[in-house]
Amino acid sequence: MIPARFDYRRAGSVGEAVALLSEFPGAKLLAGGHSLLPLMRLRLAVPSLLIDIGPVSGLSYVRDEGDHLSVGALTRHRDLELSEVVRREAPVLSYAAGQVGDPQVRHRGTIGGSLAHGDPASDLPAVVLALDGTLVAEGPAGPREIPATDFFCGFLETAIGPDEVLTEVRLPKARGGWSFQKFNRRAQDWATVGVVAVAGDGRGTGPFRVALVNMGLTPLRAAAVEEAAAGGAGPAEAASRAAEGTEPPSDLNATAEFRRHLASVLVRRALEEAMAGERTVA
Amino acid sequence: MKVRMTVNGVPYEDEVEPRLLLVQYIRGMLGLTGTNIGCDTSSCGSCTVLFGGESVKSCTLLAVQGEGAEITTIEGLALPDGRLHPVQRAFRENHGLQCGFCTPGMVMAAVSLLNENPHPSAREVREGLEGNLCRCTGYHNIVEAVLAAARSEDLS
Ligand SMILES: Cc1cc2nc3c(=O)[nH]c(=O)nc-3n(C[C@H](O)[C@H](O)[C@H](O)COP(=O)(O)OP(=O)(O)OC[C@H]3O[C@@H](n4cnc5c(N)ncnc54)[C@H](O)[C@@H]3O)c2cc1C
Ligand code: FES
Ligand code: FES
Repeated sequence: MIPARFDYRRAGSVGEAVALLSEFPGAKLLAGGHSLLPLMRLRLAVPSLLIDIGPVSGLSYVRDEGDHLSVGALTRHRDLELSEVVRREAPVLSYAAGQVGDPQVRHRGTIGGSLAHGDPASDLPAVVLALDGTLVAEGPAGPREIPATDFFCGFLETAIGPDEVLTEVRLPKARGGWSFQKFNRRAQDWATVGVVAVAGDGRGTGPFRVALVNMGLTPLRAAAVEEAAAGGAGPAEAASRAAEGTEPPSDLNATAEFRRHLASVLVRRALEEAMAGERTVA
Repeated sequence: MKVRMTVNGVPYEDEVEPRLLLVQYIRGMLGLTGTNIGCDTSSCGSCTVLFGGESVKSCTLLAVQGEGAEITTIEGLALPDGRLHPVQRAFRENHGLQCGFCTPGMVMAAVSLLNENPHPSAREVREGLEGNLCRCTGYHNIVEAVLAAARSEDLS
């Protein structure tokens, strides 16, 4: 299907994008377009103006900043998959980026778009949550930092203001044990349930941080699992608390009950793998 | 709105509506109907073209996003004298198609895959083609064709 009519402007800089957002309240930013255009084709999204930030230069990068990585919002999934720095310093991000959709999607989709879209079924939001990342949004008043734990507010809702552009994601390095478990029925699909686990101290022993994909209205931290693991529980025991505090949806792919079951299985596998220690991305 | 891009080596400049999808531009305005449309949900991959050498689903890009881009469609793979691209030849020799609807997209996705990974394993081929659906072949001979193309010496 063809999207409803809209106006289209290219932004050459973040400042220009912010100015256009302030001037046109019905506008939406267009990055890779791989969440927005499918919605517009189904006419589930009907923006009056698209502000294409694709041409903004200098927003696609990965920088090693000592204790953390800074990733530009326009960095594509494919770039994260290939980046030597990401593979070395945050292998879980590189691996998870390689599990998003299919190669065609990864050639276009961006980490900024993934995060700003705020879909609980998406992979990278949960990774950024598990890594305790910080997001940088720039609006008329300049840039501000938003911790990932405060970023996802509701279903497809984030803390980015209507006149703000997400410019950067900062991720503490995570060289220790990690795991990304994605269960889906067809290769290119979103996760029915997904689990991210990373070792906090970079040596493959706790405290473990665990995040869940598609187990509620937002990506979630599995607080009960983290608490159990920190208290010395093994993978199976900690995983038995995987569904605590979640509200998984029931849909064509799975019932809520099946999702709760999957969460406990996948959390156990994720903890087993993450607890086994450092690992490079295959 | 004006858009300029190079498709199969030919520069084009056209006036388009912003909502025109790249696949509609390629098929409807340029008349290159080898690129197919098989779904409404960005799932099937039959619209796959190369955008700056990388596979993309042309149903999930606006034509205006192609500004300044180098696009290659299935029509642009064979040599001017008609000799097929090694991937096209391998699909024919290995019976990698039946009805042929998915084939242009499959071939373009395979070309992109082999650009990125010239010597893939069978598993890597399957994973590399996960964005393309085929309702006929059961995929086996498609994978064989891509592996055969990877082995062929004249893959440029
Ligand atoms: C067939 C298919 C399969 C997919 N499978 C998966 C999957 O398995 N896992 C997964 O995680 N994702 C999947 N995706 C989604 C894909 O990862 C998207 O690319 C991603 O979610 C959005 O990134 P984008 O750059 O394309 O954003 P866009 O579609 O351009 O934008 C998405 C939203 O974010 C806003 N936005 C974009 N950039 C910014 C910014 N810098 N600042 C503020 N707001 C911004 C836009 O206004 C829009 O509302 C799939 C997509 C397709 C088409
Ligand atoms: S037409 Fe099906 S993915 Fe583009
Ligand atoms: S050959 Fe018929 S869809 Fe693939």
